[in-house]
Amino acid sequence: MALLQIRGVSKTFRTLRALDGVDIDVEAGTFHGLIGPNGSGKSTLLKAIAGAHFADTGTIVFEGRDITRATPYERARAGLSLKFQITAVLPELSVYDNVLLATQSGESLARLLLSSSRRALDGEVSGLLERFRLIDRADDLAAELSHGEQQWLEIAMALALKPKLLLLDEPTGGMSPEERHVTGKLLEPIKAHCALIIVEHDLHFIRDICDQLTVLDQGKVLDQGDVEAIQRSAKVQQVFTTRV
Amino acid sequence: MLTDAGPGLGAAPARTRMGRQAGRARAFRRVLPWVEAVALIVALAVPVVLSERTDLVTLATNVLILSLLAISFDLCWGLSGIMSFGQALFFGVAGYAIALVGRDLEFSQLWGTLPLAMLVGLLLAGLFAAFLLLGRKPPTTIFVALGTLTGSYAAERLVSGWQYVGAGNGLSSVKLLQFGGYEFVEGTAFYFLALALLLLIYAGARFLKQSQLGLVLAGMRQNEERLAFFGYRVQLFKALVFSLAGMVAGLGGALYSYHQGFIGPGNMGPGLSTTAVLYCLLGGSGTLIGPVIGTATVEVLSYVLSDIDAIKQFWPVILGLVLLTVVMFQPKGILGMLVSDRERIGAYGRRRRGG
Repeated sequence: MALLQIRGVSKTFRTLRALDGVDIDVEAGTFHGLIGPNGSGKSTLLKAIAGAHFADTGTIVFEGRDITRATPYERARAGLSLKFQITAVLPELSVYDNVLLATQSGESLARLLLSSSRRALDGEVSGLLERFRLIDRADDLAAELSHGEQQWLEIAMALALKPKLLLLDEPTGGMSPEERHVTGKLLEPIKAHCALIIVEHDLHFIRDICDQLTVLDQGKVLDQGDVEAIQRSAKVQQVFTTRV
Repeated sequence: MLTDAGPGLGAAPARTRMGRQAGRARAFRRVLPWVEAVALIVALAVPVVLSERTDLVTLATNVLILSLLAISFDLCWGLSGIMSFGQALFFGVAGYAIALVGRDLEFSQLWGTLPLAMLVGLLLAGLFAAFLLLGRKPPTTIFVALGTLTGSYAAERLVSGWQYVGAGNGLSSVKLLQFGGYEFVEGTAFYFLALALLLLIYAGARFLKQSQLGLVLAGMRQNEERLAFFGYRVQLFKALVFSLAGMVAGLGGALYSYHQGFIGPGNMGPGLSTTAVLYCLLGGSGTLIGPVIGTATVEVLSYVLSDIDAIKQFWPVILGLVLLTVVMFQPKGILGMLVSDRERIGAYGRRRRGG
């Protein structure tokens, strides 16, 4: 059974049908790209999976459990982690404290109050900062990081939750080509323990790191398959050449 | 905008404005421990220096007791971003509770009534939190502010018309607080009792602020929604701190009732609730010691101003203007001038370089 099964998910905002009967399967350990023209429903779908809003109809099943109406908190506990599109790091806390906050989220209230895991988690927090090239900035405020660095911090925080499925909404937005390349390299090692859904405009980036692609257009799934199949798909070609 | 310690703080302006303060922020010095040390020395010296003036010792005791109310509000707003306009409710109800226990059961032993007052504050605030905070959808700041304000207002009206609790006259000649055979009257002994309890509560609040739980609260103040996506039950944390704040207010209310020998409807109404907000904003919210300094400033100023013949008639106006000026032009309070944003907000892990 797939890690995430999306069946017939629809979502309407007033009169706009943002999602219209979307079916997607995401297998464990795969990187799944969501592409499509602006307004095709990519971010709406990602938010419905993360619980930022609920689908009107259809079901979302994660690890065999129906999470269609679960709160963000319940989804996070189940192993879903979302990296926001607009960077949502906590600007007035240090880079280190941002990651510590994510890392310690599994601790009980009593342990948090007694600060009993502050030392034990140091290795994990420092490890993540090291991996995402932020260790030298650990004591700086998150607000002082460059845009690209904030994106990495966001990804580090999302991974600190040890998710089984990570949702990335435009992880390379506002990055230089060099930073995009580094981001791809930073994401590769997580495949061993975590599946990924990425919404991204940069098709080169998507092609380089994704195994499977889903193309959305006007809230519907236009085509689905591995990267080569999608690149050959006539339907997709048409949408992307006529409308983009 | 009252203070930027609150939850509405936008990320975007902070990024551009604070970015430039970076170099200075990294090497920030801790100022709060020094302020706390000075405050403690002053608090210990007061009864010695003023031993001849019982009226001033009484004033100082009052400051200590009302500081509990101010800390209670700081736990809500400064630490957790809960705008409570009803802290006096827990203060007043606990004050009435121990006054009634003294009157009807003739019991006023310290080891029994003070924990009782704390329990009353804790449970009542817990009940409020369950209503205001623990709904399926997270409440807005305004909703909580209005909810607590209404609670405070309704309680004041209720006791004003309730004969059993003295109606508009309140309860006077509250039975003196006892410890074994010793009775606490106004004076140095009561002062040191209040100081000891304040220190205990302060130490507890400080411990909470600096713990990993304090980090969660600091994160909540900046972006509540983000914290939910980390898997934190944000509203539960708020409800917990709100209940603890109610407990602290309850202790303050009991001490107030014993110290004044009186508790009335005004001690649980919006008037005192907003005074608590002022204590906190004036001193500097989120710093814990700030609210204590704010309380001392307001109470001492009121005392001095009301004693000057020339302005006896309109001193509240002057006090009001002073407070308005401070809140408008120094939204981080008196301590905001000494304490860096970074120290106020808190740094939790790894500050090896720079600091």
